[in-house]
Amino acid sequence: MTRIEYKEIGETLYSAQLPNGLELRVIPKKDFSTFYAVFATNYGGACRRFQVDGEDRDTPAGVAHYLEHKMFDLPGGDSALNILSANGADPNAFTSSGITCYYFQCTEGFEENLRMLLHFVSTPYFTDETVAKEQGIISQEIRMGEDNPGLAVYYHLLKLLYAHHPIRDRVAGTVESIREITAQTLYDCHRVFYAPSNMALCVEGDVDPDEIARIVTEALPPERAPIPKADFGEREGLLPVQAFQSEEMEVSAPQFLIGLKLPEGLRGEEALRLRLTATLTMRMLCGSSSPFFTRLYAEGLLNTDFDYEVDAAADTLTVIVGGESREPETVLARFRDACARAAAEGFEASYFERAKRASLGARLRGLEDFDNVCVSLVSGVFDGFCALDAFRLLAELEAGDCRRFAEEYLRPERMALSVITPKKAQV
Amino acid sequence: MEYSRAELMPGVYLSHLRCDKFKTACLSVTLLTQLRRETASMNALIPSVLRRGTARYGDLEQLAARLDELYGAAIEPVVRRVGEIHCVGFFASFAESACLPGGEELLTPVCELLAEMLLAPNTRGGLLLPQYVDSEKEKLLDVIRGRVNDKRSYAVQRCLEEMCCCEDYAVSRFGDEASCEAIHYKKLTRHYRELLRTCPMEFFYCGQAPLRRVKQALRDALSGLPRGELDLDIGTDLRMNALEEQPRYVEERLDVTQGKLVLGFRLGECMEDPDLAALYVFNAVFGSGPTSKLFLNVREKLSLCYYAGSILVIRKGLLLVSSGVAFENFGAARDEILAQLEAIRNGEITDEEMEWARRGVASDLRAMLDSPGELEGFWLAQALDGLDYGPEALAELVGEVTKEQVVAVAKSVVCDLIYFLRGREDGEAKEDEADDEN
Repeated sequence: MTRIEYKEIGETLYSAQLPNGLELRVIPKKDFSTFYAVFATNYGGACRRFQVDGEDRDTPAGVAHYLEHKMFDLPGGDSALNILSANGADPNAFTSSGITCYYFQCTEGFEENLRMLLHFVSTPYFTDETVAKEQGIISQEIRMGEDNPGLAVYYHLLKLLYAHHPIRDRVAGTVESIREITAQTLYDCHRVFYAPSNMALCVEGDVDPDEIARIVTEALPPERAPIPKADFGEREGLLPVQAFQSEEMEVSAPQFLIGLKLPEGLRGEEALRLRLTATLTMRMLCGSSSPFFTRLYAEGLLNTDFDYEVDAAADTLTVIVGGESREPETVLARFRDACARAAAEGFEASYFERAKRASLGARLRGLEDFDNVCVSLVSGVFDGFCALDAFRLLAELEAGDCRRFAEEYLRPERMALSVITPKKAQV
Repeated sequence: MEYSRAELMPGVYLSHLRCDKFKTACLSVTLLTQLRRETASMNALIPSVLRRGTARYGDLEQLAARLDELYGAAIEPVVRRVGEIHCVGFFASFAESACLPGGEELLTPVCELLAEMLLAPNTRGGLLLPQYVDSEKEKLLDVIRGRVNDKRSYAVQRCLEEMCCCEDYAVSRFGDEASCEAIHYKKLTRHYRELLRTCPMEFFYCGQAPLRRVKQALRDALSGLPRGELDLDIGTDLRMNALEEQPRYVEERLDVTQGKLVLGFRLGECMEDPDLAALYVFNAVFGSGPTSKLFLNVREKLSLCYYAGSILVIRKGLLLVSSGVAFENFGAARDEILAQLEAIRNGEITDEEMEWARRGVASDLRAMLDSPGELEGFWLAQALDGLDYGPEALAELVGEVTKEQVVAVAKSVVCDLIYFLRGREDGEAKEDEADDEN
């Protein structure tokens, strides 16, 4: 395996691409009791259309997530979730728009647990009965999501921003769409997207990287399958479809999100650099020490739950800002002003340096979290970069980069606002 | 990892965990006071008001700039309750010098800033600034009112409120709307000064600095702390029995598409001499994690819900089971949850289930050793109970828990209240849930 030392942060990363195409990453951690492994496929809720055997396939919303639930079933009726838990591990999985991750954390029996992870994720076993049975559980999960104002405001925003990209739709699908899913749908999608060539594995803990590589090679099929490509439709422009939407729900105060699209389909270091530039610019514009935030907070227009993020999923990159406010429209207007000022005047050198320092501290804090580190690494693999390079690239950023970013992307006509307001006339 | 404890000043203690493996150190301060309806909101409000500005860094912008200079050090208000002890203070985390480009040492400046927030807020005429108090009060009111936004935690809180209606525990850590609305800056200043003078205080540090250095840095920073007669009369009212002979039932209607069922239990007589290890293992057998009876039966076998899990509130002697179910499955889910508890009482636990539970709990405890935030919570609770063993020692004890001990806990548990959050007009079941079990 290739060994790269990240001296400035005291980490060492081992990387390899195995002959079957699997991308493997290992970070050895001495002195820690915890072991963590994530096995991920570059397949998520938005990957609904794709080609298989030269034929176009269109699958219902919610397949990737449904598959995630059913992957834990093993032939013979056992559940990998139970086996791993019974062995003292803490297993789980999640599906986002772009990827599906299976992971566990444990403090003993790591290699055995790792073999189980590799085994169950690469062993599809579905019957029409088990697939039908899961509908009850997933329907309740979907219902739970429907009552969640945070998800509602988020998906409304994506629908304002994106005209047709499938990240508009809920990852779990709808109670209706998942009824179309059969065992065969799941087998087909597993065959296409769960080949090692479309997957990545990342391990962190007190392990020997070569030993991990040996276990993985042994456990997975040796063939190198072609890498599938999901079809997200034509690239969308940077303008939103619509600028505003509002819905009433059972909430105590308005919840809002402001969103902006960034260019789709970027890969490699260029993608990482744009994300870092976007994140640092947003920190300076509306982070907890920005004049924008501190003033709106003092005026009672924002709370501590106000936050920003640069969200990457399924080829898209979206800047999202929001929280709770009595006056979301005023917040949007003030945010626009802050962006316009940044685009026109840029950022003071001392302010920029301070923000960089704070960003370094926050990123160091992020390194304590094994799941955060490992999931960023596998996501980075699918987008063609190494997440740990963020520290080096961050140090290279200059104030001018952030000003140019504000000028080029944070334009008022590109912003959309999604709001959830309290129901009127409640008992 | 090496744990030690020291008294810094009268009633001010430091729990020190020497640990070289993290890139970020943490330091917390917690004022301990009794949870009461009349004062809960004031207690909860104090750290947020103090966080608005200090004598030296007068407003949020200056304070934030200072934190940025300290490589994004974070100092955040923390409000929690451990049993009926109201714990308010700050949690700070900051980079270890080894990871910083210039090797800067942040312990001393962070201790200074933390102490300044605690002891030297921005005041006028000795009073907290009314605009800060009013603005934070509005935000706290938003939080109190906002609890309805997350239906899952809302249902759990409502169940606790109803179950403990005659106890202080009915008061949330943020207090209630009415007492929060009544807060006035002069009164709050008095209350703040009183807390500073009389509250026992717990500091917790986890990082690379040796005890001697942390003690010194804190003693220097706290030199202005006024200490009066300490209020040591704090503690939790543990009730072993249900309020009525049959479990009470409380139903509430909101505009939701999924029902939330919460069953509230008293842990009962086993709380006379609580055995933490046995309680944790019982909880794992019953309802915590994928090998638990609730997960395997209510979710996996009967597909009644997406989640069904149990939560221990050991310091108040409570157990809660929380589940999201379709409205029409309320009865089936409730019966199955109670049936699983009954099964444990009857000793229907396989050796495997025992082993899974012990392993799961021990593993969670050992994993805690890698998380400064969780260690902080663990050691605070230990300090309050006067205990000095760590997660590893507890994990050892967990390994020895027997089936009989688990059965004994289950027999001790008493159902006190069942809470159900349902839709405004359910009854017209959603068309799709009827065929779930096909």
